Amino acid sequence: MSPALLNFIEIFMNGLMAGIMYSLVALGFVLIFKASGIFNFAQGVMALFAALTLVGLQTGQVPFSHLINAIFGTDIHNWGEGMNTVLAILLAMAIMVALAWAIERFVLKHLVNQEPIILFMATIGLAYFLEGLGDLMWGSDVKTLSVGLPSGGSFWWEDVTREWAAAGSEYFGMYIDLLDVSATVIAIILVTALTLFSQYTATGRALRAVADDHQAALSVGISLRTIWVIVWSIAGFVALVAGIMWGSKSGVQFSLSLIALKALPVLILGGFTSIPGAIVGGLIIGVGEKLAEAYVGPLVGGAIENWFAYVVALAFLLFRPQGLFGDKIIERI
Amino acid sequence: MKMKSMLLAAAVAATMGATPAFAELVFPSLSYRTGPYAPNGIPFADGYADYLTLVNERDGGVGGVMISNPECETGYNTEKGVECYESTKGEGSGALIYQPLSTGITYQLIPKVTADGIPLHSMAYGRTSAMNGKVFDWVFNYPANYWDGATIAVQHAKDMSGGDLNGKKIALVYHNSAYGKEPIRTLEEKAKTEGFELMLIPVDHPGQEQKSQWLQIRRERPDFVFMWGWGVMNAVAIQEAANIRFPMDHFIGIWWSGAEQDVLPVGDGANGYKSLNFTYVGTDKPVFADIQKHVVDAGKAAGDGSNIGTVQYNRGMYAAMLAVEAARKAQELTGKTEITAADMREGMEHLDVSDDRMAEIGMPGFGPAVSVTCANHGGSGAALVQQWDASAKKWNAITDLIASNRDLVTKLALEDAAAFAAENNITPRACN
Repeated sequence: MSPALLNFIEIFMNGLMAGIMYSLVALGFVLIFKASGIFNFAQGVMALFAALTLVGLQTGQVPFSHLINAIFGTDIHNWGEGMNTVLAILLAMAIMVALAWAIERFVLKHLVNQEPIILFMATIGLAYFLEGLGDLMWGSDVKTLSVGLPSGGSFWWEDVTREWAAAGSEYFGMYIDLLDVSATVIAIILVTALTLFSQYTATGRALRAVADDHQAALSVGISLRTIWVIVWSIAGFVALVAGIMWGSKSGVQFSLSLIALKALPVLILGGFTSIPGAIVGGLIIGVGEKLAEAYVGPLVGGAIENWFAYVVALAFLLFRPQGLFGDKIIERI
Repeated sequence: MKMKSMLLAAAVAATMGATPAFAELVFPSLSYRTGPYAPNGIPFADGYADYLTLVNERDGGVGGVMISNPECETGYNTEKGVECYESTKGEGSGALIYQPLSTGITYQLIPKVTADGIPLHSMAYGRTSAMNGKVFDWVFNYPANYWDGATIAVQHAKDMSGGDLNGKKIALVYHNSAYGKEPIRTLEEKAKTEGFELMLIPVDHPGQEQKSQWLQIRRERPDFVFMWGWGVMNAVAIQEAANIRFPMDHFIGIWWSGAEQDVLPVGDGANGYKSLNFTYVGTDKPVFADIQKHVVDAGKAAGDGSNIGTVQYNRGMYAAMLAVEAARKAQELTGKTEITAADMREGMEHLDVSDDRMAEIGMPGFGPAVSVTCANHGGSGAALVQQWDASAKKWNAITDLIASNRDLVTKLALEDAAAFAAENNITPRACN
């Protein structure tokens, strides 16, 4: 094969894997929107908060230590060497469940039957609150996150693909990031687990019932409040996974919350109510922006991938306003 | 009723007995302790504040006048930065100097400080041509600017290449903003004279995803990569460079791409990465013992002490030291202790912080000696190259201060300043 074709394949594959990373963030939005009709503006900050909590537990950081030291004049920062990664992930998950309960108890419960825009505004407030809480609990310094996932380019893949190039051509092999491969595997497991959960468990069926019709679900005895806690907990879990994957790439810092910006075009394209839509949307956006950056970027000065993703999403909107897999919008007059 | 009368009497007595407000030297901080750039903003603001606290606590201020350091949170947001400027410029007897730590905010403040007559010190950032004091009366960017940085990075690459860059390829990975674009013109000029090919690779804010850019670098195999990044963009770029196994000693960042928080998240992969710097890194200078005693131990530190000695903290200290020395010079020139913003500018235009002076104040070799004039607001332009040692988790200076190609930088700055003067109907002042 010619190096140009191999380069195209390389960009395409890396685009697919970047798309998976976007899908991980988009999934959290979809879960909450599907179950409660709320566009959760705080999803990106939840990923940041989850990752901060995980690193804090891993490294044995005392939460609110700056505040405690300032008030009591103490000098405490760590409670020990930290904890095992698996235990830290489980505990971080428990904290995300507690957060989901608190969100339902102190925010959503008081906003039942309010307009969607009011719920959306509440999640904006929640985003700012969580941002501040994360800072206060764990500090705003950049934290290194490692959960033992492999990262860096694959030598093996480079060697294999180098052989594919035409003899005599200058080709260095195809690049693939092992962290992206891990993210792909984890995303597949996550989506499979979510699908099985929603199809084959009583709670999953209750979630789908609420997603289909709140009033009908209430009439058969499904507790809306319990369902909201469950769905926000699952979204918290997805946020934790997204936080781990993105935090492993760049360290855990405030910018992690901005990954939500990457999920928006995915949601527009895939639809706000479809889990497969979030995955396929992510893949299309990932491939589209990477190919655009590589082949169109040099013609227009580069750095086009961010806005190009939105252009692709908007183009889809013109033809399918509900997104690729979203529920069809039917207005009866 | 009795209690009410007593309180009223106490209030009146307090009012009658109050002395006029103490004169202060007001150095506001347009800091950012929140938002995506907080990991960089916090240590700089802490270093700036702690040095000013040290001068107050140890020396009783400058010439007996205490320094006040009102902070306003900008979040690295240009609009908020302008609001902060407007809300702090009238503090106390009036702000004497601004240090916004943002090129975007600097650009917006240039016309404002010029109209208000308040000095703006964009230390090694902001508008490069502001080094021309004839056009930019109120703006200073000593001790170095981005164009200096570009020529120094090229010089270092040239030294590594046996003195010849002809036929080499240099990629510039830059934050796609006014800041990141600053070195392009200089590098284009250097590409012509040195014979290297320049590849421009922009990265959009915030720079969390850079796969496309690094795949391009991997394909095109530049000999050197220069980086003009900020915030998370730096760590991601260094991680991606490590992933594609780019030789890290050929990867050179500007001074805003070379702090601990840029390399620590990458772990061992960042080993050997280089950046420019113009300040000392570490705590092995006498001034740090004073900071410990008068600031940290006294419970007056701006942070928790964990940033002391880091790149950005020390840079904040250096900026504060230059502000203090300028105020001291202004007092000396005017013969009065309570100085105005105009006096402060005089002090800055006559600033002469020699190596001896830095040794005298417990900061020997902390940064380049700075000499400013009416015409030259940019200092000497020298900077050094530091390299990250991942196992020791520390930066090591690997060169002495390298002189900038000031002939080229001055030529470009004059052209740019002349264009700015023409656009804004400014008649350059005479500096005799």
